[in-house]
Amino acid sequence: MNSRLLAMIVKELWAVLRDPRGRIILVVPPIIQLVLFSAAATLEVKNVTIGIYSRDDGAASREFISELAGSPNFRRLIRIETPQALEEAIDGQQAIAVVVIDQGFSRDIAARRPATIQAILDGRKSNAAQIVMGYLNQVAANTGATLRPQPHRPIGQIAATNWYNPNLDYLWFILPSLIVQIGAISAMGVTAQSVSRERELGSFDQLMVSPLRTWEVLVGKMMPPLLLGLFNVTAYLIIIPLAYGLHMQGSLVLFYAAMLVYLFAVIGLGMAISAVSRTQQQAFLGMFVLIVPMILLSGFASPVENMPGWLQVIAEADPLKHFLIISEGLFLKGMTAADVFANTWPIAVIGVVTMAVAVWQFRARVE
Amino acid sequence: MSGTFDLLRFTAMLGKETRQILRDPSTLMIAFVLPVVLIFLFGYGVNLDTARTRIGMSVQDRSEAAASLAGAFQSSNYFEVTEVADPDTLGRSLVAGHIRGFVVIPQDFGRMALRGGGTIQVVTDGSSPNTAAFVANYAEGMRQTWLAGRTGARGAALGPPIAINPRFWFNPELASRFFLIPGAIAIVMTIIGSLLTALVIAREWERGTMEAIMATPLRRFELMATKVVPYFVLGLGSMTVCTLLAVLVFGVPFRGSPLALLAIASAFLVPALGQGLLISSATKNQFVASQIALLTAFLPSLMLSGFLFEISSMPRWVQVITYVVPSRYLIPPLQTVFLAGDDWGMFGRDIAIMLGFGTMFFALAMRVTRWRIA
Repeated sequence: MNSRLLAMIVKELWAVLRDPRGRIILVVPPIIQLVLFSAAATLEVKNVTIGIYSRDDGAASREFISELAGSPNFRRLIRIETPQALEEAIDGQQAIAVVVIDQGFSRDIAARRPATIQAILDGRKSNAAQIVMGYLNQVAANTGATLRPQPHRPIGQIAATNWYNPNLDYLWFILPSLIVQIGAISAMGVTAQSVSRERELGSFDQLMVSPLRTWEVLVGKMMPPLLLGLFNVTAYLIIIPLAYGLHMQGSLVLFYAAMLVYLFAVIGLGMAISAVSRTQQQAFLGMFVLIVPMILLSGFASPVENMPGWLQVIAEADPLKHFLIISEGLFLKGMTAADVFANTWPIAVIGVVTMAVAVWQFRARVE
Repeated sequence: MSGTFDLLRFTAMLGKETRQILRDPSTLMIAFVLPVVLIFLFGYGVNLDTARTRIGMSVQDRSEAAASLAGAFQSSNYFEVTEVADPDTLGRSLVAGHIRGFVVIPQDFGRMALRGGGTIQVVTDGSSPNTAAFVANYAEGMRQTWLAGRTGARGAALGPPIAINPRFWFNPELASRFFLIPGAIAIVMTIIGSLLTALVIAREWERGTMEAIMATPLRRFELMATKVVPYFVLGLGSMTVCTLLAVLVFGVPFRGSPLALLAIASAFLVPALGQGLLISSATKNQFVASQIALLTAFLPSLMLSGFLFEISSMPRWVQVITYVVPSRYLIPPLQTVFLAGDDWGMFGRDIAIMLGFGTMFFALAMRVTRWRIA
């Protein structure tokens, strides 16, 4: 390594770490985010309140209600006596669902006829409502089995096993995905801000006319976010097994290797953004215009294969999408080196392209 | 710091601030391009409603029952099935992420089924818990339909004794974009209200132009007003863009009144702008301001507002934190004004809380500013 480059790197690290507020802001928030958001991000629906509007006083209806009350998913049951009260409970979001048991329900059960219960659910929260509906079906099946035991085993029973995450714990999914997102947000943010601040202050032009080559300036600028990213990820890799008991199934070496390529790509994106921005504000906003869609396209909020074809093509250019597969794969599935490589080379291509755009833009601005 | 209110001075200052915003293409990009991108992504991309899921299948039994069950999976609308002979390759595909689960119909299935038994093995990829649950549930649904088809009329008697007949009010088709789009509005207004404002005013502090303005006869209240009014208008503008797109292009119903929407959005912008102002006055540095705004305004709006994740399902200590996230009070009225209609009881309460937060943020910002100058 030549001394010019070394001096540049030292200067860059110094610029980032000099300000004590800056030091704290780079290291503490990612940890807070991990703890807070892993607790908040749950797609399970717990502690919900269910309304019961029962116009049947028979044994079957009482059995159903006691089964409902015993379910761990529902915290509170509220009795509803009139149709108006039902409407108010849903409209005012006091209850996410109201179960309506009509007259004759117990009679139908006693007569061994198929019996029906109505459920009114709040479609404003369509996702949570669907999950609650699943719980209600479970309660109905249990009640049915108690009231009318099946004489023989059903044909073709299903034995479902969930590999890699037997209890389908959502936390196991969210922890590896937070590494992907927080890593991208902090690395891109630091890159975009550090370059655009120099542009705003005019010191970037001085750098460009110094004996430093363009690539040396870029490498110098890449170092702080790269080291910061590695530091934060290492902190995560220590906290996740210790605090959450989730141990990486795959190879740690592969994880770091893929992580370096990933950081290179997101830093490249940050460089490209700051290369076309004149002020810090533009760089910051430009980052937002990219990062929010990139998180949405990564497969974190919904599987990529559910998206329309043209959007799946765009998602291929999203480094978060590829690294999410690697992070989940290495943490939970013990992915092989070949599979990791198959998902890493697209990230490398994205990194090379964004860096090339950045270099080209920097040169264009100077000349 | 002294002097009386002067309308001419005020409007001149307001005009200056507005021109400054309009001159910068990045502001307009965030106010109008990002909403369009977000609404399109939520409309097309973020599909929480599962489409066809790729699964693998291995049929190791040659009986008629196994063949007909395999056929039922093949023709299902929920699955895209790849059949292989060797179940080991299925495990490898699952690790690589090519399939989301697989079904194994074992050797003795036909023989067991004749006697009223037989087990179908379903393995899902638990690393995506949602999709895994969908795969298991749809496989069970498949089995029931297949069985009902085979047993014919007898199937009715074998069906579950209690059926639940669901009705989803406000959104009978359960389109997830209907509830994601109000969330998109919340995100965009948070970015404009808190992030943009924090950054812009921090820049004035960083460059020292803020002190220069403070030395003029302009009163502190006027100064703050001229700084935030243009962003208030910008926030409402991008909210309008979101709403028009959502309703006209994506067919999201709008059952409330425009007046209610305007009132809710305006009330939310007060704490959002107040927070931006407070952050910028307290940090006076664009980089620190942007990171704090990201952490205290943007990420909470995304994760803690109840738009993606149910607040009632969160642990108690996180629920307590959500009470101080202003967008928590924005999401329910927004979802209601779009999907249900006007409910002024709910709107009034949430608007009052948001204005309360706003007042607090502005008061704090004033204090911090005075203290910084002194």
